[in-house]
Amino acid sequence: MRRITEHPILEFPERKVITFYFEGKPLTAYEGDTVASALISNGIQAFRESIELHRPRGMFCAIGNCSSCLMVVNGVPNVRTCVTPVEEGMTVERQLNRGVMP
Amino acid sequence: MIEVDVLVVGGGPAGMNAALAVADAGATVLLVDRFYKLGGQLVKQTHKFFGWADRGAGTRGFHLAEDLAQKVKSHPNIRLLMGHELIGAYADGTYIAATWDAHVKIKAKKAIMCTGAAERMITFENNDLPGVMGAGAVQTLMNEYGVMPGQRYLIVGSGNVGVILAYQLLQAGAQVDAIVDVLPKLGGAYWVHAAKVQRLGVPLLLRRTITGVYGDGRVEKAVTVAVDERFEPVPGTEMEHHVDVVALAVGLMPLADVFQAAGVKTVYVPELGGFVPWHDELGHTTCPDIYVAEDAGGIEEATTASLGGTLAGLTAAKELGYPVDEKAVEQYLKSLESFRDSSLSQKVKEGLNKLRSGEHA
Amino acid sequence: MLEIDGFPTIEDVRTTLPSEERLARGPVAVHECFQDIPCNPCVASCPVGAISMEKLTSQPIIDHDRCTGCGSCVSACPGLAIFLLWKKGEKAQVTIPYEMLNAPTPGETVEGLDRYGRPVCEASVVRVVRMPSLDKRSKTMLVTLEVDAAYMLDVRSFRKG
Repeated sequence: MRRITEHPILEFPERKVITFYFEGKPLTAYEGDTVASALISNGIQAFRESIELHRPRGMFCAIGNCSSCLMVVNGVPNVRTCVTPVEEGMTVERQLNRGVMP
Repeated sequence: MIEVDVLVVGGGPAGMNAALAVADAGATVLLVDRFYKLGGQLVKQTHKFFGWADRGAGTRGFHLAEDLAQKVKSHPNIRLLMGHELIGAYADGTYIAATWDAHVKIKAKKAIMCTGAAERMITFENNDLPGVMGAGAVQTLMNEYGVMPGQRYLIVGSGNVGVILAYQLLQAGAQVDAIVDVLPKLGGAYWVHAAKVQRLGVPLLLRRTITGVYGDGRVEKAVTVAVDERFEPVPGTEMEHHVDVVALAVGLMPLADVFQAAGVKTVYVPELGGFVPWHDELGHTTCPDIYVAEDAGGIEEATTASLGGTLAGLTAAKELGYPVDEKAVEQYLKSLESFRDSSLSQKVKEGLNKLRSGEHA
Repeated sequence: MLEIDGFPTIEDVRTTLPSEERLARGPVAVHECFQDIPCNPCVASCPVGAISMEKLTSQPIIDHDRCTGCGSCVSACPGLAIFLLWKKGEKAQVTIPYEMLNAPTPGETVEGLDRYGRPVCEASVVRVVRMPSLDKRSKTMLVTLEVDAAYMLDVRSFRKG
């Protein structure tokens, strides 16, 4: 879990730092991150629990296809965090069930 | 409601080239992608591309993506609808694209579906543990966001995707424990790709497969085992790999559900990666107003996806009555043929023959 | 073996080698591209037209007498499968494309590795240059190592000590 600061081919220019909240705790991300990349850069890999057996689940596909990364974002359940940009002040929670629409 | 001549679904190399071909012919285009940025999977490729030097070969994938995206964004005939997923396709040319809480109705005379592909999963103990990721997902995190999900990686699968991932991980300063493949030889990677990671010290473990991952809430260890000629595990050959990410590069499957929803006939062709819409070289499907380009029409690679997108775009524009240079179409078809004139394209060619012959014709 | 793990055997390597006399005359491009990949940037990158190809999916043919050893193709090859060799008596120079962090510096001693990443000999870094070739945005570097001539056909990679 780290940010790449130096790369032989790619460039990672400095981006605006933003704060979002994971289960109430403030975390730092960069503008342009998705919710998923922001969480993983903070060492958080378990995004939700499976519905029946309550096993931890994390990101798998990163293209909005597989549903493994669904979380509760700003109170809305089943958000595909791998394709959702993280925003200043956003609240993010692990999803423990099928989700209840607000 | 958005009214447009051509709807293009997917903003990867196929979709962007399709949109440009249609727009250059004079028609209006709406390009929809569920991600908020253009480029598809090209954006995370750091290697220089194979193909024709006069068509971008020798240029790195992410640069090709940037160049294409720039053209698409600045084209007056192309409108973008990013962050929207196509959720409905109706016979009268109505399409619905949606976000989680809103939807847009689209009326299009033609639609070109360039939905691409998704990564496959394989069965092993605890394969849902966080830290097990698609190889493409690791590439996205690393090369798009600059985030490393772990320190030490095990890669399952020695096709181009797995081997390229190993190289990219080394570039980002990570440790690659090994690449394992159940096959007795390279699983389809170009020899040169395989050679360049192995000379940097990455072991390629053939005839070996993953049996499980273990850890408290996330991957801390993976176990692999050797297999015999019948792919049965050989007892006593278990190996522990102290890794925190297992990247699966075990193949791709075309994203064909949107075709099925639209009533396009799909056919199961293993050589093309699974269910694919029936289609010809010009991108026609069994629905006269719906076209396709690779990888949605069969797993291949970015150069053929680009050519396929251009061909589908030119075909759709022509059939809408816009002037299209017939010679250019011929030229693109010839290019596709010369690109596939290789043992590396054998499987794809067999798949396409199967798709287009016999009972599916 | 190529079909198994992508490595050329020494017999494969010998099929694309220049003559002893040419190897002694100065740096010369040698390819290890043995598969029918649809790819031709090496042909386009050569400023003296020394690389040819029957068709897109053919292996390149390098005219070693015309080759000036400039290294343009080494940088352009998407497969990183072209190297420069120069046999200087007891010593040999091997030029390798490099796209990793921590590039070595001239004068440094490194471990020369073979195609499997196994250490084979000591190598000293002669030159490190960035060569754009066909792609102006390319950051590929060319690293030239000097090794004992006996290892010229083995060393294709290196590791910093």
